[in-house]
Amino acid sequence: MNPVVITVKTKEPATFAEKLKKKVAYSPAKWHQIDAAGVHYKDLNRKIRAMAEKGARKFEIRNVFGQRYIGTNLWGIEREKIKIRIHGTPGSDLGALLDGPAIDVFGNVQDATGNTMNGGKIIIHGSAGDVLGYSMRGGEIYVRGNVGYRVGIHMKEYEAKVPTIVIGGTVQDFFGEYMAGGRIIVLNKFFEDNPPQRLSYFIGTGMHGGTIYIRGEVEINQVGAEVGMTEPADDEWKIIERYVHRYCKAFGFESRQAKLLKREKFIKLYAKSSRPYGMLYAY
Amino acid sequence: MRTALLPEFSVVRDENRCIQCRVCERQCSFDVYSYDAGNNLMVHREENCVACQRCSVLCPTNALVIKMNDYTYRPNANWTRESISDLKKQAETGGVLLTGMGCDKPLKNYWDHILLNASQVTNPSIDPLREPMELRTRLGRKADHLEIRNGNLEVPDYPYVDLSTPIMFGAMSYGAISYNCFKSLAQAAHEVGTMFNTGEGGWPRELRKFGTNTIVQCASGRFGLDLEYFNDAAMVEIKIGQGAKPGIGGHLPGEKVSAHISQTRMIPMGSDAISPAPHHDIYSIEDLQMLVHALKEATDYRKPVSVKISAVHNAPAIASGMVRAGADIIVIDGVRGGTGAAPKILRDNVGLPIELALAAVDTRLREEGIRNWASLVCSGGIRNSSDIFKAIALGADAVYIGTAALMALGCTVCQKCYTGKCAWGITTQDPYLSKRVNPEIGTQALVNLLRAWSLEIKEMLGCAGINSIESVRGNRLQLRGIGLEDWELGVLGIRGAGQ
Repeated sequence: MNPVVITVKTKEPATFAEKLKKKVAYSPAKWHQIDAAGVHYKDLNRKIRAMAEKGARKFEIRNVFGQRYIGTNLWGIEREKIKIRIHGTPGSDLGALLDGPAIDVFGNVQDATGNTMNGGKIIIHGSAGDVLGYSMRGGEIYVRGNVGYRVGIHMKEYEAKVPTIVIGGTVQDFFGEYMAGGRIIVLNKFFEDNPPQRLSYFIGTGMHGGTIYIRGEVEINQVGAEVGMTEPADDEWKIIERYVHRYCKAFGFESRQAKLLKREKFIKLYAKSSRPYGMLYAY
Repeated sequence: MRTALLPEFSVVRDENRCIQCRVCERQCSFDVYSYDAGNNLMVHREENCVACQRCSVLCPTNALVIKMNDYTYRPNANWTRESISDLKKQAETGGVLLTGMGCDKPLKNYWDHILLNASQVTNPSIDPLREPMELRTRLGRKADHLEIRNGNLEVPDYPYVDLSTPIMFGAMSYGAISYNCFKSLAQAAHEVGTMFNTGEGGWPRELRKFGTNTIVQCASGRFGLDLEYFNDAAMVEIKIGQGAKPGIGGHLPGEKVSAHISQTRMIPMGSDAISPAPHHDIYSIEDLQMLVHALKEATDYRKPVSVKISAVHNAPAIASGMVRAGADIIVIDGVRGGTGAAPKILRDNVGLPIELALAAVDTRLREEGIRNWASLVCSGGIRNSSDIFKAIALGADAVYIGTAALMALGCTVCQKCYTGKCAWGITTQDPYLSKRVNPEIGTQALVNLLRAWSLEIKEMLGCAGINSIESVRGNRLQLRGIGLEDWELGVLGIRGAGQ
């Protein structure tokens, strides 16, 4: 009787250096078209990664419909040069752990976009779901429209790495909770002058770092006890101007920029202390 | 305000032996001792003493004895000394009582109510000194069934980690423990061929050479993590809860956030490092599934992903959800699990003993036919090798040790970790104190501990007539309960002694 041959299929990964040595099959300058219709996210993301390993840097993905984690597996490649255009509605965790690539979404996005993002850029030409930018530590996110609940929770910063989110429309409850760093700019309904359905509450609860700039009014009962309110200082106003300019440029609102940038309309929310719970304990 | 608390401990100094060398003064980080030059005497502030025993161990003439203070309130079974002291402390401060380490209440310890079997006559016991004994343990999802194609056995390529012994070092972050301790754990894991867990405090660059022996953690604060962090490690752990403080987050006080910690965690110096109670992107099993798969995507499905929860009342149902959410390994941490800082009231009252939770989770996963989808790791108060052997027989694949590992490095469980003043140099960031753990000596102590326990596990295996730890896993016939009621035997899934 023949002995049974046991083949254990293991995926010993080639190092990136080895992978990069492979023949470059895709031009870095060209926009590579990918049709995502009916493709599982695992296959879609692997395909993007495989193409990127062979030299592709620009991707135009069409018919995206709920595929999650786009951009998450792009590490170890020249990731700062990667650009992705998404047509359709990507699934949750778009750009989770993103570190370098720039993603444009021509549509709305679902939950947890930019989750624990470390660098790069996400531009959303629509609205975003809940938990946008959770624990974000670097990079920029621009949302043309509104965002859902729990946005910008526990954003943080370290030295030169300051994550930034610019939101054109409105935000919902628990916005900027536990914020430890970074900045969020909310422009509040400037192009649709409809008042929001309801106010948002619990803004910045547990905040111990970072800043939120809101264009419009915020009542004291909408924010957490750890939050202070004031007007943006001169150097902060320059930052607001810079990011609002980028926002307008991204979505073609340059003509409205002057109307939008009325300094007296902006409120700054900040953490009263970097040690909000310092007095809570008996030692 | 002068405190109305009685000192907890007495310092008894034998003046005939004391040579006024002032070692006790230099070693005590809680300011108990000072030197009275005029009278050439050491003087004490006993109310500061935490009984860590650093001074008495290092006193060159054995002149010091630290013991429980003889002062006593009128004895009262309800109003114990501890309850009176705690209450007075809170009346003085208005704060939540903090403490360190695991629950120290006399909860029933089920390990001590379980006895092991041994072979006699009907199958021979094995001498581990002359026959090979296998402790190698593989963590990760296992195949549902074998597939043979063209005469070849095909094994699905689920990611896994291999351990030379089923003992790992549990999550203790750099920040909670000193750098030297952290490094000792990493080096010892590397030397033994097991894993250590970074906890949620980032992973210093220079220790990434131990990547094959490292589990990195993704907890609600998401400190210090990026794509390299995940990909440099051998395994990724999502921490939902921990046994010492189920249901609440972590909180590294700003004074512990030094320059290097700030760099490793990527937060500003002196700022509180707050880990929120929940992950705010996880409010359901479906959300957990989303994070599990985000981490799998980020590591190209090459690293097993584990999920750690505290042992709570409906742990079996939650564990089932975790496995179905794609966890390759699930970790259950019992009520006696340690911590650097936790509200005392939670540490002592919330959670379940790991013995019961472990057995209940294993039973549930078997009943649902999904036990092979994930490995099961338990932790929380593992004290010796027989606890480990019993845990494996109750269904665990491996265990984490935390407190036990720190004890090997010098810890005496004085429970003052949260003060950052650890006189043994373990839970402190003070450079003067943290030098007290020498990473090379610390590594050796940990290696010794794992070697000793592994040898003892082999002895117990041999005693049972078994030559591989695999054959003990979930083998509850190896166990008998003693002094347990029917419901307890039922939860543990074991028979009573003599049955």
